[in-house]
Amino acid sequence: MASLVGSRVERKEDKKLLTGRGKYTADVTFAHQTYAYFVRSPHARAQLKNVDISKAEKASGVVAVLTGKDIANDKIGGLIAGWRIKSEDGSDMKVPAHPPLANESVNYVGDHVAVVIAESLDEARNAAELVKVDYKILKAVVKTDKAMDSESIYKDIPKNLCFDWLLGDRAKTQEAFDKADKIIKIDLINNRLIPNAMEPRAANADYNPSTEEITLYTTSQNPHLARIIISAFNGVAPENKLRVIAPDVGGGFGSKIYPYAEEVVCSWASKKIERPVKWVADRTESFLSDCHGRDHVTHAELAVKNDGTFLGFKNETIANLGAYASVFGTVTPTYLFGPCATGVYKMPAAYSNVKAVFTNTAPVDAYRGAGRPEATYTIETLVEKAARELGMDPAEIRMKNFPTQFPFQQTLVHSVDSGDYNAGLKKAMEVGDYKGFEARKKESESKGKLRGVGFCSYFEACGIAPSAVVMSLGCGIGLWESAEVRFNPTGNVTVFTGSHSHGQGHDTTFAQIAADRLGVPLENIEISHGDTDKGPFGYGTYGSRSLTVGGTAIVKACDKIVAKGKKVAAKMLEVNESDVEFKDGEFIVAKSNQKKTIGEVAFACYLPGTYGEVKSPLPEGEEPGLKETSFFDPGNFSFPAGSHICEVEVDPDTGNTEVVKYTAVDDFGTIINPLIVEGQVHGGLAQGIGQALYENCHYDDTGQLVTASYMDYTMPRADNFPEFNLGFTCTPATSNPLGTKGCGEAGAIAAPPAVMNAVMNAVGTEVSMPATAEKVWKACQKMNKSNSKAA
Amino acid sequence: MKTFNYHSTKDVKEATKLASSSSAFLAGGMTTLPSMKLGLASYKDIIDIKRIKKLSGIKVSGKTVTIGATTKHAEVAHSKEVKKAIPSLAALAEGIGDPQVRNRGTIGGSIANNDPSADYPSACIALNATIHTNNRKVSADKFFTGMFETSLKKGELIEAVEFQVPEKSCYKKYPNPASRYAIVGVYVAKHKSAVNVAVTGAKSCVYNDQNISGALSKSFSSSALDNVKISSSGMNSDVHASADYRANMVKIFAKKAVEAC
Repeated sequence: MASLVGSRVERKEDKKLLTGRGKYTADVTFAHQTYAYFVRSPHARAQLKNVDISKAEKASGVVAVLTGKDIANDKIGGLIAGWRIKSEDGSDMKVPAHPPLANESVNYVGDHVAVVIAESLDEARNAAELVKVDYKILKAVVKTDKAMDSESIYKDIPKNLCFDWLLGDRAKTQEAFDKADKIIKIDLINNRLIPNAMEPRAANADYNPSTEEITLYTTSQNPHLARIIISAFNGVAPENKLRVIAPDVGGGFGSKIYPYAEEVVCSWASKKIERPVKWVADRTESFLSDCHGRDHVTHAELAVKNDGTFLGFKNETIANLGAYASVFGTVTPTYLFGPCATGVYKMPAAYSNVKAVFTNTAPVDAYRGAGRPEATYTIETLVEKAARELGMDPAEIRMKNFPTQFPFQQTLVHSVDSGDYNAGLKKAMEVGDYKGFEARKKESESKGKLRGVGFCSYFEACGIAPSAVVMSLGCGIGLWESAEVRFNPTGNVTVFTGSHSHGQGHDTTFAQIAADRLGVPLENIEISHGDTDKGPFGYGTYGSRSLTVGGTAIVKACDKIVAKGKKVAAKMLEVNESDVEFKDGEFIVAKSNQKKTIGEVAFACYLPGTYGEVKSPLPEGEEPGLKETSFFDPGNFSFPAGSHICEVEVDPDTGNTEVVKYTAVDDFGTIINPLIVEGQVHGGLAQGIGQALYENCHYDDTGQLVTASYMDYTMPRADNFPEFNLGFTCTPATSNPLGTKGCGEAGAIAAPPAVMNAVMNAVGTEVSMPATAEKVWKACQKMNKSNSKAA
Repeated sequence: MKTFNYHSTKDVKEATKLASSSSAFLAGGMTTLPSMKLGLASYKDIIDIKRIKKLSGIKVSGKTVTIGATTKHAEVAHSKEVKKAIPSLAALAEGIGDPQVRNRGTIGGSIANNDPSADYPSACIALNATIHTNNRKVSADKFFTGMFETSLKKGELIEAVEFQVPEKSCYKKYPNPASRYAIVGVYVAKHKSAVNVAVTGAKSCVYNDQNISGALSKSFSSSALDNVKISSSGMNSDVHASADYRANMVKIFAKKAVEAC
């Protein structure tokens, strides 16, 4: 039987998703359904003096109007920060209380003040206009780099500083800098982004008063985590009385990893009114209240020798957490950012210092890449600047500093198990025809365009995460993954995974793995996920973890099935277990060529006992049934790496920048399904190029979100991209039996510096991200590159 | 969305009779409906005029192109007669929004709304259009009076737009990367008597740039604009483009339009 691992199997789930037969949270409507509409703060910062619900309560169709006072009276817990970070001085991070409905103050535009629940959405929305809120408006703190010099938003958090964190050795780094021939410095902004999943967030909670159970449908990347948080921290219902279902979910990119105020409020309210409560975000609410991504202000320095050898690296960053510390908000700019900031290089000494600040903006949390794009943007623009200042080719300076021995102990944390960075960069130069760049540049010049080329070599740490490591670093949970492989009596298979698919194609990739391992046809395998009542506890999907961690759990569970199957087959064939081999779905006795298929063995496991002439096939002491569960806790992160080369054309008259050629060569270890992997790379590149050229979340000085719709927030579109040239190299991961490394975030990590380096190469001066037409035009004016005289 | 009364009318008289201070005419609904859904606008009566036959269609004579108010952008874009008489007008229609908008949105709706970044108002100014309403004819230079404002009176309904066929013309737009409306759009039209240079997107309302049209009336070439100064005073400024940038783009896109004429 040909192996399915490595083949371009078309996605099993696409027929459903592309023909409108998916089932999303908004598609779920219960009998006696009610609808929730949230009253949100129109101000970035204000004291709540009074919330008058008397008129709204009497409005047509209104079932209940609930406020922060009600939620406090019912002792519902606040939203949590999932990762404790300690400051350099050893003190704990400082976080403000985050009640699901505000009680004393509101701290960003979109913050939750009250919820109106009515018989219809229109009635809820109309009644929400009747809730009279008396705000005492306060001066908002908005800008990342000004937050520490502004008035404290929370009285017990001086300078709005959550923590001042250090990774690395300042003194040793300074010693390295003292020996340098040259110090390259850079100041940059990692622009704030809004995730914009295609499906807006939604929740529908149904409390059954007779069983006291809540069933919560929600748009989650991680339903098990939602259940444990809503149970253990918010205290809405005990875990055994809360079932969380994340059905089809239309994209998350990090913004749906954890429960928000709305899920907590809908669950609590359903219990209170004893009717199901449904909320679906409209697009404006998504812009305002989904957790945003990035938002760093960084000063970084690289110490180099004249021959291009790196000696040391300093990274001083201010990270904006928004108004509250979200679940992964504190780890994203620290352990997911700091370690990777030295890039893919031998760096004898380094440190990353991160000051995380609160501002009156939406909370910031993990967004595709989470910390690694910010790290890669820092080091890769710095390295390219070093190459320019030293007069070296950007490829040459990188190769000079690549490690060649693996495992490679990276400067700050990681021990990288495998990789071949030279091979990746060489292949990228070949696939992208780097040699032909000068000729293409001349051709662009003949059309009046400026052409630039930019590189990015990256590695990242994903496959989140070894529990022992992350828990020692302050993570509130272990990040193993589970799988249950269940043979049905008739020989087909259901695989339960604790990870969750919301675009990644698990239904296909995981089925390929199980099909190979069990010798069962692909179409006889179903992948089940997203329901806390089905299958074991798991940790969901983010951080490019599902395949390396969750896929491995499936492999291990399949191996247990085969191990039990061998015993049963031996009994059925009346031979010793050691004589039985398993291959392509059959248990075979080599010397006699007797065999039993895995389907026959499964059937026998479900019908044990003696029936007429048929004797029990179960060996003594063996339990009936054929179902195995496995939990896999990885020994290490996985470390995908690669080199991307971008070419842009700039119109110096308008500053309009077009990506005209993009080459990505990635090492994802063993690839299970190249078709899906290429799709993941394409999606990541779209988001990475989007960040570099288009996307920018902009708050004005009063904390109003200016880019609160697609009229102003520039989502990239298909016509913004060229055909991507993809290539792969392969050094299998040693930390999992499949040899896989995560692929979901690579594009979003590598593209921003590759694109920005190309833009800066084209115009010959620094440009901040996103490189909008006006910024690039101004750079061209400064460098006298325009074809036309200014107006 | 607040509830409202929906009326589908078959003739102009019936439609205008229903109109009041709390009503809106509905053609393509490309702005009206989203505004209502977002709660930015609400009306007691919505008067649908799409079924009024005389409001739709394209008539081309030697000197004019007359387009009915409810004619969709896609119909203008694909009209052989328009492409022949004023190719730049068909091209402008093809560049509005996306296929969904072009197959719903109408010329009358666009000019009645007078969005400062809409495309059609620039065509009206550049092509010396006459706006035919149910009770008068208004020249384009008197029709567009300010941001989202026109000289239409309450209950007055646009029936058609009559464009003058120029000797040559071209519309060049620099689209907003997010909305794809014009950051600036410049419509250059050379008529026998004069050159018009209508600019959209740059200010609160479409306008005829006298400096550029003056220079082009003397010499219809892009180099004639080299020494023309464009003031950024009164120009829009937002997260996508400052007033200064817009001023520069007006000149750049005027040149591009002249070169492509």
